[in-house]
Amino acid sequence: MSLKITREKIKNSLVDKIEEISGQNVFDCYQCGICSSGCPVTDYMDYSPNQVMRLLQLGSVDEILNSKTIWICSTCLQCSTRCPKGIEVAQVMEALRTINLRQREGTLKPEDIKSKELKDLPPIALVSAFRKLTG
Amino acid sequence: MKLGYFPGCTLKTNAKHFEDSAMQVMELLGQPLEEMENWICCGTVFSMTTDDLMLQLASIRNLLRAENQGYDELVTLCSMCYNTLKRAKEFILNDEENLRKVNDFMYREEAKFKGTTDVVHLLSILKDRITFDEIKNKVTKPLTDLKIGAYYGCLLVRPKELAIDDFEDPTIMEELVDTLGGEGVVFPYRLECCGAYQTVTEKDVTVKRTYEIINSARNAGCEALITSCPLCAFNLDQRQKETSEEFLEFSTMPVFYFTELMAIALGLKWNKDWKKLHYINPVPLLKEKGLI
Repeated sequence: MSLKITREKIKNSLVDKIEEISGQNVFDCYQCGICSSGCPVTDYMDYSPNQVMRLLQLGSVDEILNSKTIWICSTCLQCSTRCPKGIEVAQVMEALRTINLRQREGTLKPEDIKSKELKDLPPIALVSAFRKLTG
Repeated sequence: MKLGYFPGCTLKTNAKHFEDSAMQVMELLGQPLEEMENWICCGTVFSMTTDDLMLQLASIRNLLRAENQGYDELVTLCSMCYNTLKRAKEFILNDEENLRKVNDFMYREEAKFKGTTDVVHLLSILKDRITFDEIKNKVTKPLTDLKIGAYYGCLLVRPKELAIDDFEDPTIMEELVDTLGGEGVVFPYRLECCGAYQTVTEKDVTVKRTYEIINSARNAGCEALITSCPLCAFNLDQRQKETSEEFLEFSTMPVFYFTELMAIALGLKWNKDWKKLHYINPVPLLKEKGLI
């Protein structure tokens, strides 16, 4: 993948917003990759968690906001627990989802849940999915 | 000290057998759980955004009501309730501005939120208050020859600040199994996420996770799993249906709430209604071991 890095891009105000919502400094990351090695769902992601951190450092917010990764993250907190720099990576993922959700762009469309599925799914699955994946 | 009980959304429906067995076990152990009044869903997941207090209100409202009802401790059975209530409490109490703002929303409640009620998971009560030695004395039907894998999942042990045991190498549930006369088996994937709410939008993810977790347990010699989270239980038990369809060599494994096995070991009657709430029928295994 090729990336054009410009001063304007790196000084992206959306990165500031992500830092504000998550309470994390994305420039703390030194790319050791332990977040990605512990993540149980990287198979389904387009960018691994450490790539998300790197792209944020380079100001490539659009790639990340449109990525599958932020929605596949299940908030298991393994990355946050293991980061040697103490970055709460899961909180960065939450901030990225939140920016989309505040524009009402989530990935869960309630009308798409089949009635058979709805009958089987427990309240705990529905409430948590609505909280994390709908705006 | 009064122990309040917070059920949460799923303990009255899909996880009714978790509640029933826990209530009976605690009664027998002399520390009955008293369900708090007027509880509402905690929200199931803690919101990690720093700037949106609305998402904390449900949890705080529950804690405030528990305080007003005079409970020093609020016990949860569900791992997600435990995590969400406890994190919400700490997030709000650690910032005076947050505390003030949240209390502004509580104008319909009888008092302000002060944060005096502790949120405790039932496993901690069993280990620290009742003690495993005491439980051992009351075992009448030991789980002899039953190899059980304890599946902790995420929210009992992460974030590490509120882990109920060591966050990378917990032993509390294996110790409980040993206390009940069974064999607690440590298996590699016991702290690995089951895919949680992805079960709604990305079912494939949870099917694959179930496949990997159950296989990890089987390879370590487990005959069944225990858990304390209704979402883990749904994914690991019900999703074995899709897992069996997708992976033809997959062989199924019963998944219990830890309190179901406690009920059996403590001589309480196995309730036939509990079976209906399991997808993988646990009865053949229990019969084979002479437990029912």
